[in-house]
Amino acid sequence: MLLVPCPNCGPRNSADLRYGGESHARPDPATASPLQWRGYLYLRDNPAGWLRETWYCRSGCRRWFTLERNTATNEFRDPPQPGDKRGSKA
Amino acid sequence: MRGIARGMRRRPPKYSAAALAWKGLRGDPWPRVWRDTELKRSYDAVVVGGGVHGLATAYYLARNHGITDVAVLDKAYLGSGASGRNTAIVRANYLTPEGVAFYDRSLQLYNSMATDLNINVMFSERGHLTLAHSDAALRTMNWRAEVNKLQGVDSSVVGPDEIKEVAPSLDTSDHPRYPIQGALYHPPGGIVRHDAVVWGYARAADHMGVEMHQKTEVLDILCEGGDGPEGRGAGGRVTGVRTNRGDISTPFVVNCTAGWASLISAMAGVRLPITTHPLQAAVTEPVKVFLPTVVVSGSLHVYISQTDRGELVFGAAVDPVATYSIRGSLDFTEELAGHVLELMPSVSRMRLLRQWSGLCDMTPDYSPVMGFTPVDGFLVDVGWGTYGFKAAPVSGEQMAAAVATGNTPELIAPFALSRFDTGELVGEKGAAAVGH
Repeated sequence: MLLVPCPNCGPRNSADLRYGGESHARPDPATASPLQWRGYLYLRDNPAGWLRETWYCRSGCRRWFTLERNTATNEFRDPPQPGDKRGSKA
Repeated sequence: MRGIARGMRRRPPKYSAAALAWKGLRGDPWPRVWRDTELKRSYDAVVVGGGVHGLATAYYLARNHGITDVAVLDKAYLGSGASGRNTAIVRANYLTPEGVAFYDRSLQLYNSMATDLNINVMFSERGHLTLAHSDAALRTMNWRAEVNKLQGVDSSVVGPDEIKEVAPSLDTSDHPRYPIQGALYHPPGGIVRHDAVVWGYARAADHMGVEMHQKTEVLDILCEGGDGPEGRGAGGRVTGVRTNRGDISTPFVVNCTAGWASLISAMAGVRLPITTHPLQAAVTEPVKVFLPTVVVSGSLHVYISQTDRGELVFGAAVDPVATYSIRGSLDFTEELAGHVLELMPSVSRMRLLRQWSGLCDMTPDYSPVMGFTPVDGFLVDVGWGTYGFKAAPVSGEQMAAAVATGNTPELIAPFALSRFDTGELVGEKGAAAVGH
């Protein structure tokens, strides 16, 4: 079990959240080449270390947000605090 | 065949009943199964990852193509990753024609493996039941059965009465929350002793001259001419490998590192459509043999088989969060036990001996990524997700052919990395043992 620091609800069991995976900037659909779309849709860095990723708090505040987690140790770094708009997608 | 003649520097000790009795009576020690040699400065090909895929690739390079100047590098010991952590199930009842043809070839190779490698891999062709608990699941089973039949693979849909005949311990009544409505029955499926497969390939490859180097970690892949930093990336080519035991020059590097595939590929400047998730499994205390087949329930996220020693081996879905950590979790054990009891209430007094997890390299379409990459001389055999063990012999055979001939063999052409450029994905999620 993983305790995920939701910025609105505090630490929650990861089963309460949906894991959104690596967070990457979406290319501009008007100008992106097919290869850029390929990269955005499918390719992942998948590092063994610090990773910026998205989470959805599905049984709590029902908000998407980004967190930094170390994929080798499952530690979270500098999670956003309640009321902190940084990283919030909604 | 030239390779065998050249490589047979010493005759392998034959494993047989007569040899066992002779050595038992005389008290002779068995010789070391594979050599421990110095790392050379150059090889014709380097395989990264000493699991069953890497060893099979090296073995078929030597046996089928006469390329024996090959090093297999592993940062730990042979078979220390997913090769020794999987649940040892083999089957060919996939969903896509590409997948069925591929895994069927693998089953054929498993069938003749004990003779080919002169090692008892304990292949038990005991049949494989994939249970359906809903109309939708039954529809997918019918679909898979028809695709299988068309490819000449023995699969059919059976009802609860036939399931009860094959596996009497399953609760086929309408009491459970999700009653069993039917199953895809696949008689050629079964289980194999996974460690024996690793040792068999390692021993056979060693006898043909392939070198296995354990505790040899790849720190970097040396490239030139690519569009990225230090010559990495598309358009470049591989010149060697940097390890914790020094640099090696080689024109071919094959990445067979499963869960760590992204990290090794990044060293050559190749990004992969892969995320790494742990998959947890567990085993019970041994009891008398009562479960004659492999039982899988996608809806209940569990697959069950009984080893020849009598332990029940349970596997499950991959954990939903991408991580390289292989710590087990209690919620997994609770959920697993609940689901097993739903299928087989009679095992409620059994105790779990242990649980463990291994890393799975998941792709978006649940099919592997095999063959050439934009970096010349850098090949991948990755993205196996939860299907790696059952595919090992055929992927070794086909990857060896790709390295030796420079062309992508027909059987693995659908699984090329370039399918993500063109959008020609091979959707195999419907044949995943369990819903992910």
